Amino acid sequence: MTNDEILKTAEALRWEVGGDFHESLVENIYTNAAQLADRAISYPDKPPRFDLDRSIDRLVTSRVWGFPIMLLLLMVVFWLTISGANVPSAMLATLFLEIIYPFLKGLAASVGLPWWLDGLLIDGVYLATGWVISVMLPPMAIFFPLFTLLEDFGYLPRVAFNLDNFFKKAGAHGKQALSMSMGFGCNAAGVVATRIIDSPRERLIAIITNNFAMCNGRWPTQILVASIFIGGLVSAQWAGLISALAVVAITLLGVLLSFVVSWGLSRTVLRGEVSTFSLELPPYRPPRIWQTIYTSLIDRTLVVLWRAIIFAIPAGAAIWLVSNITVGGTSLAEYFINWSNPLGILVGLNGVILLAYVVAIPANEIVIPTILMLTTLVLGASGEGTGVMFELDSLKDTEVILRAGGWTLLTAVNLMLFSLIHNPCSTTIYTIYKETGSKRWTLVSAFLPVVMGFAVTFLVAQVWRLLGG
Amino acid sequence: MKTTIPQAPSSACQTCPAHNVGNLTKLGIDMEEWDYVIALAGNPNTGKSTIFNALTGLRQHTGNWPGKTVTRAEGGFSFADKRYKIVDLPGTYSLLSTSLDEEVARDFILFGQPDVAVIVVDATRLERNLNLALQVLEITNRVVIALNLMDEARRHNIIVDERRLARDLGAPVVPTAARSREGIPELIQAIHQVATGQIVAKLHRLKNESPVLKKAINKLVRQIEAAFPGLPNARWVAIRLLDGDQRIIQAVQRGELGELAN
Repeated sequence: MTNDEILKTAEALRWEVGGDFHESLVENIYTNAAQLADRAISYPDKPPRFDLDRSIDRLVTSRVWGFPIMLLLLMVVFWLTISGANVPSAMLATLFLEIIYPFLKGLAASVGLPWWLDGLLIDGVYLATGWVISVMLPPMAIFFPLFTLLEDFGYLPRVAFNLDNFFKKAGAHGKQALSMSMGFGCNAAGVVATRIIDSPRERLIAIITNNFAMCNGRWPTQILVASIFIGGLVSAQWAGLISALAVVAITLLGVLLSFVVSWGLSRTVLRGEVSTFSLELPPYRPPRIWQTIYTSLIDRTLVVLWRAIIFAIPAGAAIWLVSNITVGGTSLAEYFINWSNPLGILVGLNGVILLAYVVAIPANEIVIPTILMLTTLVLGASGEGTGVMFELDSLKDTEVILRAGGWTLLTAVNLMLFSLIHNPCSTTIYTIYKETGSKRWTLVSAFLPVVMGFAVTFLVAQVWRLLGG
Repeated sequence: MKTTIPQAPSSACQTCPAHNVGNLTKLGIDMEEWDYVIALAGNPNTGKSTIFNALTGLRQHTGNWPGKTVTRAEGGFSFADKRYKIVDLPGTYSLLSTSLDEEVARDFILFGQPDVAVIVVDATRLERNLNLALQVLEITNRVVIALNLMDEARRHNIIVDERRLARDLGAPVVPTAARSREGIPELIQAIHQVATGQIVAKLHRLKNESPVLKKAINKLVRQIEAAFPGLPNARWVAIRLLDGDQRIIQAVQRGELGELAN
């Protein structure tokens, strides 16, 4: 009996058993399972208790209250993160930049380190790393546990339930809501999470649009810029709330964009049927608070932070190098900035921001420090030597530097938009390549957002200028 | 001079590890330092990851949403001088369809031939969870059922007769509440007993098949058994072939099934 003969027999028998074989197979499994379960389970004849789970579900997935509750929870989480992270961030910055930095500088001088090595290691690598830790650690240490508590409680599938209808209308899979939620933590993780989507077409849509779920690496940028330029529009007591509102608005815009792009893709290159699926709403479980905080700190916060540090080290060196290698008296950074400035201005940004985004391809986290460093370079207003990445103690100081660099409210708004839309980081791009196995779709996922980022900021800039803003 | 190790006589040794070292290596599992390998299967959101953590002492994050684990997690523990490796498979509702996570789970159980497949079952949603358990039991008889979330079942006033369930399924059933480690020692004991062959469950056969179907399956089973003597799950393979499962057709063509015979 050869293997091919077996397959031939199977082929022939397949006609005999009929086309509904698969259905009857599944049905048979269900019937067996139902019988077994029926024999094993009994309910003592007590009256059913008040069903708390169902009552909560009625509220959080209701047509009227579902979305307001979702927005409110999002607001509270962002607000706690923004207002809670300020103090520890400032403390860490003081430690890294005012205590350790001068100490290292002194140490380097006393052992007679050559100026370029001192600059590369301390002004480049050390400062980049110190900045990333002081800016990222506090918000992550607050945000991740909060988000994880919501997740453990069982709220995320309800979010997916609320959004399912929109995704279906956009021609995408409802489970995309779940991979998108993962993307809010990290786009690379979100891309891996799309494995739960069966259909290759819908999975590709979910992968390409995952970029629009604003990942953790981009919050520091959003939060900082919102605090300075948008929170600054109102009085101090409202600033925290208004900044949080702005970040929520940007986040929602990202969700909206993933609907729009999903819709566009499913009507052009990725046409096809929407598959149905059943989404299980798990029971609400009281989160185990301490364990959740512990695991989310270890599993997520430190892992993400470590990744950021790994990328900050070479980036810090690169920034220092492009700022200090000069050709004909002008640094490489200045060449690029002067060259790209017209394009930057055209889309309501500037050359500094564009260069910062090129440097920050490996990790979005270092955009803001890069921008600050490059701005001072261009202004020539640095006392400590050019190409030094630094943190400014107060938002006010940061604002002074940025305004001196020609920043307006338009620059801030467009930076927030560009940060939301632009290309995914290199880790995510690599993950997309691994998951799709296709160079073509990887390129689409990388370049579609870049093009969209420029288009959106361009339009906003034109309208803004037209209205005389 | 190398001494040749004599081949173990087939099917004689119940206490020997049953796993397929060659295929496990292909699946990316290194068995160098382990005696037995355990697969952890179950529907999404049944506390599989919690059981995984309780068994291994690891603190992987466990989330309360279906589809949390899409990749495999690995860990291990020691019990009674044996070293057990645990592979946490993605949570799936069935092994029939073609999504990536279901394929990962199915391939591991079929080709890896784990010494024990622990099927985590949600006691509050027994009927739906048994669908997967029945499908695993068609592939392997080295099964322990972890009847998890017993605490929630009690909260919802559901009583599960685990002895009757064990008798009906022909496999050991251990009630657990992994969040509070309830039943974990008993689960480890049961895993040990199945791995060492002290408990031998039987393959489950679905009831209520139509005569036409029965005839077709039996015909195919005879041919498969002739081509791959000692294959433990010829019946399941026959059903998959009738269903036109591409991966299994491929396995027959390439003769991969021959490696699964014991």
